[in-house]
Amino acid sequence: MSSIEERVKKIIIEQLGVKEEQVTNDASFVDDLGADSLDTVELVMALEEEFECEIPDEDAEKITTVQQAIDYVSAHLG
Amino acid sequence: MSLDKQVALVTGASRGIGRAIAHELGREGAVVVGTATSAAGADAITQDLLAQGLRGQGLVLQVTDAASVEAAVKAVTEAFGAPTILVNNAGITRDNLLMRMKDEEWESILATNLTSVYRLSKAVIRGMMKAKYGRIINVGSVVGSMGNAGQTNYAAAKAGLLGFTKSLAREVGSRGITVNAVAPGFIDTDMTRALPDEQRAVLIGAVPLARLGSPEDVAAAVAFLASERAGYITGETLHVNGGMYMA
Ligand SMILES: NC(=O)c1ccc[n+]([C@@H]2O[C@H](COP(=O)([O-])OP(=O)(O)OC[C@H]3O[C@@H](n4cnc5c(N)ncnc54)[C@H](OP(=O)(O)O)[C@@H]3O)[C@@H](O)[C@H]2O)c1
Repeated sequence: MSSIEERVKKIIIEQLGVKEEQVTNDASFVDDLGADSLDTVELVMALEEEFECEIPDEDAEKITTVQQAIDYVSAHLG
Repeated sequence: MSLDKQVALVTGASRGIGRAIAHELGREGAVVVGTATSAAGADAITQDLLAQGLRGQGLVLQVTDAASVEAAVKAVTEAFGAPTILVNNAGITRDNLLMRMKDEEWESILATNLTSVYRLSKAVIRGMMKAKYGRIINVGSVVGSMGNAGQTNYAAAKAGLLGFTKSLAREVGSRGITVNAVAPGFIDTDMTRALPDEQRAVLIGAVPLARLGSPEDVAAAVAFLASERAGYITGETLHVNGGMYMA
């Protein structure tokens, strides 16, 4: 079983079509990984599916970097 | 057939234009879920589809009720898979001169004819984004472009629907989803049968093709926009009005 961090990064790589080495923990989806607003919505959808959870819009808006995504998933999966 | 793999949700399919749309999409091969406001209406749709040899069923939906919209989309998804075609057809009229118009007449039209389009589109867009494919077709009206005395509420809602169509088309175009409108003119349904004879005669006089349109005339345009062949058309309004208004 891979760690949450690995799973989150794998989804980001797939969804945004970026290279593994670009997905550093402090990378911002929009500024560093070239995502547009629709990409970030889709990314959240993909995270919801992978981790079988629902991410409310208020929370989704605050997930803008790789680390924030990892932290959110970690915190909510306990 | 061209729509073999598609799941279509058609609101207001118990009669009139919606019923013709459901038949046409079904004949093109789609699984069709048509909605009515009552359980009896939904059953009648199920029977009707069966009688026509088409795949699909009727479903109860109240487009003004957010919970009902959510439940309907969930039911379709569970039974047949996420809808890949949405036809926002359900609509009503509450005609009155502005000076006599009641708030209730204004609000019910906006809720039934415009807010419903927002709700249903939002409910299906996630599935379409995932599929990277989708067709949303909103049934507007010629009145949304021309205006019509006695229909400030209806025309405002139908014109609003066009702005919604264009904006959503821009939002989701990159995901293979097209969003278009079909704007019928004067079509022979319950909605227009409610008009007095003299008014019908005057209206037909304004139509170069000199007849009322049939629900099938509108359904053909919807089926085209729902097809893969229409894949490079988005944000567009297809007028089906016998020439009474030429955009
Ligand atoms: N007829 C025309 O000349 C004409 C012209 C331009 C545009 N249009 C547009 O075409 C569309 C269809 O019109 P039509 O003439 O076929 O109408 P219609 O014969 O009066 O049928 C209306 C349909 O909408 C459904 N509906 C009404 N209120 C609803 C609600 N709150 N929630 C869910 N469904 C609801 C009805 O369901 P129930 O049977 O259960 O009541 C029925 O299936 C409308 O959007 C209309 O504005 C019509």
